[in-house]
Amino acid sequence: MTYFADVAALARKDLLLELRSRDTLPAMLLFVVSALVVFHFALPSDASATASTGLLWIALLFTALLGLARAFVAEREQRVLDGLVLAPCDRSAIWLAKALGVLAFLGIAELVALPAYHVFFAPVGWELVAALALADLGLAAVGTLLAAMAAASRARELLLPLLFLPLVIPVVVGGVGATVADDPGRYLAFLGLYDVIFVILSWASFEYVVSE
Amino acid sequence: MFLAAAAAGLLVAGLALALLWAPEDADQGFSQRIFYVHVPIALTAYACFAWGAWKALRLLWIRDARYDLESYTAVHMGVIFGVLTLVTGSIWAKISWGVWWTWSERQLVLFLVLFLFYCAYFMLRFSVESGPRRANLSAVYALFGVALIPVSFLAIRLAENFIHPVVFTRDGPQMSGSMLFVFSVCLAAMLALFASLYANELAGKRLDARLRELREALE
Amino acid sequence: MTTSEKYVTAAYLVVLAVVLLYVVLYAFKLARLEREVAELAELARRRKAA
Repeated sequence: MTYFADVAALARKDLLLELRSRDTLPAMLLFVVSALVVFHFALPSDASATASTGLLWIALLFTALLGLARAFVAEREQRVLDGLVLAPCDRSAIWLAKALGVLAFLGIAELVALPAYHVFFAPVGWELVAALALADLGLAAVGTLLAAMAAASRARELLLPLLFLPLVIPVVVGGVGATVADDPGRYLAFLGLYDVIFVILSWASFEYVVSE
Repeated sequence: MFLAAAAAGLLVAGLALALLWAPEDADQGFSQRIFYVHVPIALTAYACFAWGAWKALRLLWIRDARYDLESYTAVHMGVIFGVLTLVTGSIWAKISWGVWWTWSERQLVLFLVLFLFYCAYFMLRFSVESGPRRANLSAVYALFGVALIPVSFLAIRLAENFIHPVVFTRDGPQMSGSMLFVFSVCLAAMLALFASLYANELAGKRLDARLRELREALE
Repeated sequence: MTTSEKYVTAAYLVVLAVVLLYVVLYAFKLARLEREVAELAELARRRKAA
């Protein structure tokens, strides 16, 4: 049980920090709406609704990247991570707390993005919401691990998209497929499979990313 | 030495068999002979990535620093074979369908994704100070790679259904016995080529690392 | 030569070219390592003399 108490304490710390400084979440919200507006002008006027679905997924992917790039900034600047690694808690608790924080930010960004998409482009169906929920899980899990990797490198924010995008191509396939195909069940199942594989892998390997 | 000789012998034998001896394919004619170079190279690339991931797992498990270079070398070779797969596959697409690239060819798309993924592996390695931290990061990323291969393959299969229907397929009739023989020789040749390049490259990388240590000790 | 023969030959030649390119790059690396060894040997000799 102490494991989950550690996770809760760490997650609360991140949320409190964000509430005080407000650097990440407003930026994500503004970004996702701006991206949707830009996409309206990027689409030819006779484009189909399917094309706008693809663009929604791209907007959300880049919003996630924006949040992830900030995920370990405080830790790196204040050298908190070294302290956390020495603290008597399981290191994967750090990952779980961070991933939960990222998931919460992504969820809030989507609470803004989906109504905006509904108004600007096309109505939002249940498949899209289900696919987003499943995709967020995978994006947060993989993204948090890769953000910790990128934070350890010299290139930092520059490296994160390069590591992140090839790994989340399956998420885009599953997400777009669930939204536009006739049988969303297969694609939702695929997203679930992706989540299971990569949540376990990220959870198990985070320890090696932060320790030597 | 033995490996290099075996690779050279098998490559020459494979080349001769594939171009001169193998039976003409009923469907695709002469152009089918690209199969004997493209598919063995693709399989070898998978073997490289799997070998790199295995060494990465050993590194995280046993924490022996020598596995870091072994894993890195295997991924390095994998990228070279991956590029060759992309180029030969592209040429095959040009012969068969008249275009250099087709999104309906799963193997090619998968190799494009893997190519991007493993290029980022190099970026990661080059932007982290060498040491146990870099070894761990690279190992974790290499392990993600082998998880990504089947997941991406599945994803690409699923994507075909909504991007466009499958028009072309290369799954012709079963290979005849003599085709299978030529294919096996070519596969063995490519694997031997990988093994000998891997041994050379590993020796070079180790030498490089030792020299760096020596320089630090002397200066 | 038919077009398909040309393309098949091209594919085999590309493989050969990449392997040769690898050998050339490896030769450069070897030359660099050789130079470094010579430098370090010189360094060691001077240290011994001093």
